[in-house]
Amino acid sequence: MASATKIEVKDVTKTYQTGDVLFQALAGVSFSIAEGEFVAIMGPSGSGKSTLMHILGCLDTPSTGTYALDGRSVGALSDDELADIRREKIGFVFQSFNLLPRTTVMRNVMLPLVYAGVPADERATRAVIALKASGFDESHFEHKSNQLSGGQIQRVAIARALVNDPTMILADEPTGNLDTKTGEIVLGTFQKLNREHGRTVILITHEADVARHAERIIHVKDGLIQDDSRSHTRREITHV
Amino acid sequence: MKTTDVLEETYAALSANKIRSGLTILGIVIGIASVIAMLSIGNGAKQSIQGSIESLGSNLLTILPGVVQPGRGIVSSGRGSAETLKIEDATAIGALPGVAGISPELSRRFQIVSSIGNNTNTTVTGSASAYATVHNLNIAEGSFISDENVRGLGRQAVLGATVANDLFADTDPIGKTIRINGGSYRVIGVLASKGGFGFSGPDDMVIVPITTMQKILAGSDSYSTIAVQVANKDQMTELQQTISDLLMTRHRVSEADFSVISQEDILGTLSSVITTFTIFLAAIASISLVVGGIGIMNMMLTTVTERTKEIGLRKAVGAKQADIRIQFLAEAVMLTLIGGVAGTAIGWLISFGVTASGILQTSVSLSSVLLACGVSAGIGIVFGYYPAARAARLSPIDALRYE
Repeated sequence: MASATKIEVKDVTKTYQTGDVLFQALAGVSFSIAEGEFVAIMGPSGSGKSTLMHILGCLDTPSTGTYALDGRSVGALSDDELADIRREKIGFVFQSFNLLPRTTVMRNVMLPLVYAGVPADERATRAVIALKASGFDESHFEHKSNQLSGGQIQRVAIARALVNDPTMILADEPTGNLDTKTGEIVLGTFQKLNREHGRTVILITHEADVARHAERIIHVKDGLIQDDSRSHTRREITHV
Repeated sequence: MKTTDVLEETYAALSANKIRSGLTILGIVIGIASVIAMLSIGNGAKQSIQGSIESLGSNLLTILPGVVQPGRGIVSSGRGSAETLKIEDATAIGALPGVAGISPELSRRFQIVSSIGNNTNTTVTGSASAYATVHNLNIAEGSFISDENVRGLGRQAVLGATVANDLFADTDPIGKTIRINGGSYRVIGVLASKGGFGFSGPDDMVIVPITTMQKILAGSDSYSTIAVQVANKDQMTELQQTISDLLMTRHRVSEADFSVISQEDILGTLSSVITTFTIFLAAIASISLVVGGIGIMNMMLTTVTERTKEIGLRKAVGAKQADIRIQFLAEAVMLTLIGGVAGTAIGWLISFGVTASGILQTSVSLSSVLLACGVSAGIGIVFGYYPAARAARLSPIDALRYE
């Protein structure tokens, strides 16, 4: 399994200041993730897992410690430099989907390519490939985002995360707004992407049921890593 | 981000909320339309006044006795009181090179009674035959004062259009008799109407031979005006100076006891008054443009707040600050540009309507259209920049969390 190291997190802390009050969301975490791994970061709300997700996703930078993605440290980068990294290396899937309203499936999936400066004709080709990989039904490609069901929407979001051919997919509570059955399908899609396409997937969740779909689970509590182990009761979904 | 992408995003965003976009645009439309209409009406008024002044005789220098005091305009000249312009002066000026025509004049106000009993009080001007050509006057009926009339101290009169109507109403005045200051004069012609301009236009006057005016009516051998027609417009200023020098020498004075006024001086004064007035109107109109701009800013701020999550997502998938800023700035500029184009069209229609209704001949100048479009795009940038910058500065985390 352990091939090249994708992510190297060392002694990362994050402190927020609200007025005069200091709040330490991360108290010093270290771990590494190799290419092709399917990792769940699990913890209750307030544990610091969202902060960790923001840092892993280059939406935020650590207060102290280092975070290296593909060997490059992203500690002290500017807003725009972080945007470059997000665009090139990270695909996000959010709990609330965050599709553009009243916009077609195709345009939603092509959005990252617009900012990447990909030529218009190439965008459509890549969007179709990503949509097929996420298991989205081909007949709905020109539907507007508000005409889709929750499961379909999350597949569009997954396709959008894939379209840039990112180093890793970062899914933040991807099943939080879905019923169990649809959630299973979405998690199955992640497993399939991980298994068949070799994608590195990081799943952030507070539910043990969701986390056990990953092959490795990192437990976070009070800003610290409590446990980092392989999933013993892994649940595999083969039919998606 | 490519330009076509920006335009597509802008179109999608604006058409997503058509009513709000439309109302915001309306604010700019009203502003631009009123500025364009005001400027065109102002321009029309200026051209119409320039036209009527030029119709009084182009290339005209007017020499008046007495000094026109600077700053007090031509109204307050000591006309009539000073008697410094003599026959010899007129002869000398007439001999100058570049003078195409010269018309010495002497005016007094008299009560005039017609043979059918009507009477009026108007200006009686004694003039030579050159008067009509120098002042660009046309004869509607009959003939003008001839050289022969002037030589023979003739008792002939030519009536202005208004005076003819006052004195003879509907009857034909030619050949009829009028009484000026107790003497009888035969009407030999009526002037074509020039249209209303000021109080002493050529429509409201009676013209008699200059000699008759000097010897019989006024008892003075001086002139109240010498009008000089200049052959070449470019020589106006030069000739104005030459005449001034000549008269100074002739009158043996070191300080002028006369004034030489060119048509341009009068035109310049009036034009500057109208320009001021036009600027005043346009300034009032542009207040509505500013209000429209505030409307744009208001809408853009609302849009940015509404689309906070969308902005967060765009940033998460790799949009840089500049990408977001350009997107929202483009929306604001697009709103004002559409408003600018529509406003220009409506302003042009208003100006067209004013022209068609016959009130005033208006014209929309290219410069005012360019000004309007520039101003509207400028308003978009000025009032759109703050909301756009605010959107660009949003942190992706906060934006994504926003509910």
